[in-house]
Amino acid sequence: MNELIIIVGMALVTFAVRYPVLALVGKIQMPEPVFRALKYVPPAVLTAIIIPGTLFKNDQITVSYTNDFLVAGIISAIVAWRSKNLLLTIVIGMATLLAWRWLLGTHILG
Amino acid sequence: MKELNKPAPTRKAEFLAGARATFPLVVGAIPFGIIFGALASTSGLSAGGAMAMSVFVFAGSAQFIGENLIHAGANPAIIILTTFVVNLRHTLYGATIGPRMKHLPQRWLIPLGFWLTDETFVVVVSRYNAPDDSPYKHWYHLGSAIFMYLNWNLCTLVGILAGQRIQNPQDWGLDFALYVTFIGMLVPFIKNRPALISVVVAGVVAAATYSLPNKLGLILAALAGVAAGVIAESRQGESAAPSSAQEAEAS
Repeated sequence: MNELIIIVGMALVTFAVRYPVLALVGKIQMPEPVFRALKYVPPAVLTAIIIPGTLFKNDQITVSYTNDFLVAGIISAIVAWRSKNLLLTIVIGMATLLAWRWLLGTHILG
Repeated sequence: MKELNKPAPTRKAEFLAGARATFPLVVGAIPFGIIFGALASTSGLSAGGAMAMSVFVFAGSAQFIGENLIHAGANPAIIILTTFVVNLRHTLYGATIGPRMKHLPQRWLIPLGFWLTDETFVVVVSRYNAPDDSPYKHWYHLGSAIFMYLNWNLCTLVGILAGQRIQNPQDWGLDFALYVTFIGMLVPFIKNRPALISVVVAGVVAAATYSLPNKLGLILAALAGVAAGVIAESRQGESAAPSSAQEAEAS
């Protein structure tokens, strides 16, 4: 029962943040400064998701070679910057993570 | 996009081009979808519940956070509120591409609204902003959206089925897939000084607000990053910035 409430609620609020703006914004003229601000939304949101997920380990800021997500994240960013190729970034990023864990001896194959 | 002198692409060509452009992001979503499905059983979410979430909610990071909160025994109201906060960014995506879609009837706007994701937004925004005046850019959008949706649901199913076999999906680094995908999407945005400032401010605020409840730090960091970018751009504008002037024309 709880599960049903959670899923229906999540579906409704998600649709409510996706559809109405998309449908209404065309009918209302958006002022130019709003567009200028919106340009920064994707990079800011992506950063706000990436940083807590990679810089932190066990709820602590961990700037160390032991933070495998941070190491692989930095390598991924360099690959993305040099290559501008998303697929290559993902492949090298994942490979770096697994290789780093293997080097640290924390991977299940290690 | 160098199709300026060619005849406008057909619906089918736009649809396939949209799907093709989304391919790298689909690949990035595969491990993430599988781990979402695989973690369902350990989080206390039923197999049917995990599948229903992918079919009806279709929001990767919110589904993942929802799964974690179910595991933690959070009450449904908190889980729904968190979903709302985490997904608020979609209003800004809608506001960005909505003006390009105002000619579309509801039978297009409702499904394309439902299927709006970070990935499809990033792919279609550059198509909508491309200088050619193809009348079928929404078919490009549809191709991207349907590809993401089918892939996400298929991966959830695979994950649910695999979940009973794999002991610890995290050991394989599958939970890193989301971040590496987002890093690959983020880096191309950092092409001028205001964008760099925006990203640095968002990152610092995200770190500083890490311990706030309900992922509120995400929204605060995003707003701070946007504000920083706008301020930096207006300061730079006084000393003339060719790149931002071009972007303003394009939008």
